[in-house]
Amino acid sequence: MAQLSKKNVYKRILRQLRPYRAWIAITIILALVTVAGNLWAPIIFGDIIDLIISAGNVDFGGMTYKFILLGVVIAATCVAQWLMNIINNRITYEVVRDIRAEAFAHLQVLPLNYIDSHSYGDIVSRNIADVDQFADGLLMGFTQLFTGVLTIVGTLVLMLTLNWIIALIVFFITPLSLFVARFIATRTYSMFIATSRIRGDQTAFVEEMIDNLKVVEAFNREEANQAEFDRINEDLTKASLKSIFYSSLTNPCTRFVNSVVYAAVALSGALTLIFPSVLPVTFSVGKLTTLLSYSNQYTKPFNEISGVVTELQNAVACAARIYELIDEPAQIPDAPDAAELANVRGDVAFEDVTFSYDPEKPLIKNLNISAKAGQRVAIVGPTGCGKTTLINLLMRFYDPQDGKITVDGQDAQSVTRKSLRRNYGMVLQDTWLKSGTVRDNITIGAPQATDEEVIQAAKAAHSHNFIMQLENGYDTVIGEDGGNLSQGQKQLLCITRIMLCLPPMLILDEATSSIDTRTEMQIQNAFAKLMKGRTSFIVAHRLSTIKEADIILVMKNGNIIEQGTHDELIARGGFYYQLYNSQFAK
Amino acid sequence: MRKLLKYLKHYKLESILAPFFKLLEAAFELIVPLIVASIIDDGVSGGRGADYVVYMCLILVALGVVGLISSVTAQYFAAKSAVGFSKELRRDLFAKMQSLSYSQIDKIGTSRMITRMTSDVNQIQSGINMVLRLFMRSPFIVFGAMIMAYTISVAAGNVFAVTIAVLCVVVFGIMLITIPLYKKSQSNLDKVTAATRQTLVGVRVLRAFCKEEEEIKQFNERNGALCASQKFAGLISALMNPLTYAIINAGTIILIYCGAVQVNSGALSQGEVIALYNYMAQILIELIKLANLIITVTKSFACAGRVNEVFELPDAICPGSDSAEKRSGHYIQFENVCARYTGGANALTDISFTAEKGQTIGVIGGTGSGKTTLVNLIPHFYDASEGGVFVDGFNVNDVGDAKLRNMCGVVPQRAVLFRGTIRDNMKWGNPQATDEEIMRAIECACASDVVSAKDGGLDAYVEQGGKNFSGGQRQRLTIARALVKKPEILILDDSASALDYATDAKLRSNLRDLGYNPTVFIVSQRTSSIQGADKILVLDNGRLAGVGTHEELLKSCELYREIHYSQYEKEGA
Repeated sequence: MAQLSKKNVYKRILRQLRPYRAWIAITIILALVTVAGNLWAPIIFGDIIDLIISAGNVDFGGMTYKFILLGVVIAATCVAQWLMNIINNRITYEVVRDIRAEAFAHLQVLPLNYIDSHSYGDIVSRNIADVDQFADGLLMGFTQLFTGVLTIVGTLVLMLTLNWIIALIVFFITPLSLFVARFIATRTYSMFIATSRIRGDQTAFVEEMIDNLKVVEAFNREEANQAEFDRINEDLTKASLKSIFYSSLTNPCTRFVNSVVYAAVALSGALTLIFPSVLPVTFSVGKLTTLLSYSNQYTKPFNEISGVVTELQNAVACAARIYELIDEPAQIPDAPDAAELANVRGDVAFEDVTFSYDPEKPLIKNLNISAKAGQRVAIVGPTGCGKTTLINLLMRFYDPQDGKITVDGQDAQSVTRKSLRRNYGMVLQDTWLKSGTVRDNITIGAPQATDEEVIQAAKAAHSHNFIMQLENGYDTVIGEDGGNLSQGQKQLLCITRIMLCLPPMLILDEATSSIDTRTEMQIQNAFAKLMKGRTSFIVAHRLSTIKEADIILVMKNGNIIEQGTHDELIARGGFYYQLYNSQFAK
Repeated sequence: MRKLLKYLKHYKLESILAPFFKLLEAAFELIVPLIVASIIDDGVSGGRGADYVVYMCLILVALGVVGLISSVTAQYFAAKSAVGFSKELRRDLFAKMQSLSYSQIDKIGTSRMITRMTSDVNQIQSGINMVLRLFMRSPFIVFGAMIMAYTISVAAGNVFAVTIAVLCVVVFGIMLITIPLYKKSQSNLDKVTAATRQTLVGVRVLRAFCKEEEEIKQFNERNGALCASQKFAGLISALMNPLTYAIINAGTIILIYCGAVQVNSGALSQGEVIALYNYMAQILIELIKLANLIITVTKSFACAGRVNEVFELPDAICPGSDSAEKRSGHYIQFENVCARYTGGANALTDISFTAEKGQTIGVIGGTGSGKTTLVNLIPHFYDASEGGVFVDGFNVNDVGDAKLRNMCGVVPQRAVLFRGTIRDNMKWGNPQATDEEIMRAIECACASDVVSAKDGGLDAYVEQGGKNFSGGQRQRLTIARALVKKPEILILDDSASALDYATDAKLRSNLRDLGYNPTVFIVSQRTSSIQGADKILVLDNGRLAGVGTHEELLKSCELYREIHYSQYEKEGA
């Protein structure tokens, strides 16, 4: 996977934000207003307190004016802050939506090669968890980074103007709390690592035993397991007590530093007031109040910013993983002049096809196969000989590196993928159903089918009976990956799907492997009817399916080593003969 | 949650001390504004001079130190009781899970059980930790500040009371509105996740049916719904900060005005007004903390509810009773047995048969015909919904599960090995087994070559699930594991499916020659595996379609004949 440099990631993020630049400009202005208001209010409060001196010495007239000013400032701050929050939310969630849509659309055109070679979990977590993490970082960046930096600078400037000596005291003592926090974080890091390692052990143990609880109970292993569990649990308890306690020291310690700062401000402020002539600053009780409230607030943005910075680093790392996915080259698009494959008779030929998944390990070399319209082609061979690869090539899930595959004489790469795939009906060993109703799944290839047609197809595939036994018949909702259906039932539904849309060519990859032999025999009749007049490619282990084929291709290591009918191949006494004897005979 | 609180009982002292020290810290914090007021009134305005100011500031620092100490103590006790709580909770939860019956396991599903054990318990732990630290402190500061205000001036105290009331309404009102909104957007996110997963898992089928555009359309709908619900929830929660800011400042304005009036009349001093102003600032910070705390606690409550669901499952382990009578003259007897899975149709209907000690019983039938269900009734993994299952003459409900399972050696369909050495795995059958006994069982299961092929023989390492062994190797080792037990009843549930015919035949002949002569149940899809059995049960859709030997069934049972001939060419043809 292509590695993106950090700089490029930033560029990509900026590009992603471009449609929202007007909103970003507005949010920055609003942040300025908010911070200014936040800082100004304590000053006005200080001024007001200076007007309240002692009994009979309170300037109510001056106060009224200050109160009105204060009200306006506070109202403006609130409105600005609210709008800023809304706009930040909007930018973040819409950017996230854009990224997810882009990534998902890209998944539809990624070559199968990519999807096969990456775990689903990894790709899903890129599009979900990583994007979420990125969103969090973005939102925090918008809301806290701007305002945090502005607040620090603003506070510092204002403190300097109020009393530069006290400002300097605050300026130099405050970083102490950051050091303390840093110190604790680095010391507890190893404790957290230890805790999560033990927790990992525990989870692994629980997973293994719970996943196989039936075996555990069958062997009366409960006590032994409990003892082992208690041992790990004890370790975990010790480790997490340590990590939780030590990390929870951060708050009290930084609070302590803050209270020292507070005391220092109070002391120096009060002393300035007592000895006004010593220091070259003008000062008042109100200003001291303002300073005290600033010194209380001053450390907050520091803590926030250090949180935001880690969050942002994380967000950039996540963004990089998403962009890697989006940048992954798509499959080669259909040629602009690609024809629609229509009115297929069903002559299929491989001409000198060479293909491998990994250039280091050649698989198929100069393969030639020719299947006439309506023929039944069975493919047999040991595991890993390339049977499934043939199907991947027929469906153009992968394209050959050399040579071509033709359908009715037309190069498969010269027609659109969609029209090619529509002409094949495919049932794979690895059954897959989408979440939705049984009917949705059956009509996936023929959305316009009537209920009657659906039932007819289901009867032909022998799935009608079990469907009717489901809670809501054809309207039963089946969960992700087929939910509570048995493997055999799922396979029957996949077969029904094909029975309904009746494409001119068929691919059956171990299509009945999970179905018991008796039902299989019944389905075979339906299949036999279906295959009449249709070119079909069959991968199967079961003898009956193979024996009736018009051609049997015997594959080994990516090559066809024998081909012919069953009787011819048996008579030849070669590899097929051996395979037949080892696998199919008693 | 209340039901889980019993796990705190060993940590009673800690759970009381933690909030106590937290309160102590809060109390010291509440004194601070009074001292600042005194610095201004007595030190600056009152003329008590610099010495007094220095003295008071030292007290401020001392209060900080005392606060630090009590806070650290509180954190320690809170962490200790939270961690102890979750330890005991996890232990009991694991024990409970191990006592679940097969049907309960089916119902809950393993992934949910794992989530209960890990992330749910962790969430509860941090909930408890937070509660012990903050639940007392935050209200204490909020109301403490109010009371302090009352001690300074009744009018000011009233302003505090009203402000706090309004703040509570706003903060908790917004939370009440937004929590369900966030839940909704979380479920929208789940839908987006499911759509992404689906498009990957089903990529071949979706592309084969040219569904790419439809997938994108569906995804965009869900993605749009997610974005809309997030923005809507954000719209309301964005009100939280500005509103609380406005309320607290409005309260402060009124407070200062009242203060000014009282200063003017001589009832208050300037320093006291400053103290009131400082108390107001403390309230806001604590209230926001409290709101966050409540979010965490709500989450913990939800997790506690889910964990409790597991605890509330009825006890499934059957202890057995000594007074049970021998009810059947046969070694194993099924009497009109029906079985059904929760909420489903009958998996078995009206099954009756008998088996004698030392016999081999074959069970055959199509996919979903009930073969596994039938053999699972013998060790009482499931309950028969009707009729009776008898082992050694006793009803399995009376024997007691532990005893029954000691009698049975089960080889399940899914061949699973556990992390550890091969020897560890074999000892599951019998912890006291000697190497010699183990090797004999392995030999009998035709697995000697598996062991000798691995470095270290019996000490060879087995990865989780037995991933470093092939399907056939695993199957043979799981058979050996059951044989180490020398069971009276051996159940092989389609456990030779990955073996070739020769090995399968050898295995069956070995089983016949076991010295201890167990009763053997063989479930299979292949007639070749069971044709030597003393009795074959043919199942069709949960009903018994035929009982007899291979030869009898070939004559009498249409279904058996079909199964047999679907696997073999017609004899003589």
